[in-house]
Amino acid sequence: MENIEQRVKKIVAEQLGVPETDVKNESSFVNDLGADSLDTVELVMALEEEFECEIPDEEAEKITTVQQAIDYVSAHLNK
Amino acid sequence: MSLEGKVALVTGASRGIGQAIALELAAQGATVIGTATSEAGAQAISAYLAAAGGKGAGLPLNVTDEGACEAIIADIEKAHGPIAILVNNAGITRDNLLMRMKDEEWDAIMDTNLRPVYKLSKAVLRGMMKARWGRIINIASVVGATGNPGQTNYSAAKAALFGFTKSLAREIGSRGVTVNAVAPGFIDTDMTRGLPEEQKAALVQNIALGRLGEPKEIADAVGFLASDRAAYITGQTLHVNGGMYMN
Repeated sequence: MENIEQRVKKIVAEQLGVPETDVKNESSFVNDLGADSLDTVELVMALEEEFECEIPDEEAEKITTVQQAIDYVSAHLNK
Repeated sequence: MSLEGKVALVTGASRGIGQAIALELAAQGATVIGTATSEAGAQAISAYLAAAGGKGAGLPLNVTDEGACEAIIADIEKAHGPIAILVNNAGITRDNLLMRMKDEEWDAIMDTNLRPVYKLSKAVLRGMMKARWGRIINIASVVGATGNPGQTNYSAAKAALFGFTKSLAREIGSRGVTVNAVAPGFIDTDMTRGLPEEQKAALVQNIALGRLGEPKEIADAVGFLASDRAAYITGQTLHVNGGMYMN
């Protein structure tokens, strides 16, 4: 079983169409990985499905980097 | 049968234009969920779909109940899969001269003809984006473009649909979802049957084709926009009015 970090990075790479090697923890979806606002909405949808959770809109808006996504998922999966 | 395997939601489908649209989409092979305000209306939808050999059913939905709008999408997606085609058709009239218009009449139109378009479109987009295919078709009206005395509320809500359609079309086009409006002219339905004869006669004089339209003629336009043949059409308003208004 891959860890959360690897799973998040894989989804980010797939959704945004970038090589996984470009997806760093500090990467910003919009500034570094070329995502537009709709891409970020879709990315959150993909994370919700991968981790079978629901990310409320007000939380989703705060997830702008790979690390923030990893942190959110880690915090909410361990509950 | 180009819509085989696709799920369509048509609001206000118990009679008139909505019924014709539901039957057209079913004839193209879609599984059609039609909504009506009452349980009896929903049963009538199930009955006419079955009689036509179509797949689908009627469900009761009060479109002004926001919780119900979200719940019905979730229920349909659970039972049949993601909604591929949304036809926002449900609508009412509360005609009055503006100087006599009551707040309730204004609000009833906005709550029924406009707000549910926003709520339902938002709720179906997730499935459409994932599928990279979707059709949102808003039933507007010729009076949204021409204006009509006594219908400031109705024409304002219908004109709002044109702007909504264009903005959403731009938002979501990259994901294979098209958003269009169909603007019927004067169609022979319960809504227009209430008009006085002399008013109807005067209206017909302004229609190039010299007659009211049939619900089926609106449904044909919707059926086209829902199909793959209209894949490159988005953000448009298709006026189906016998030539009473030409843009």
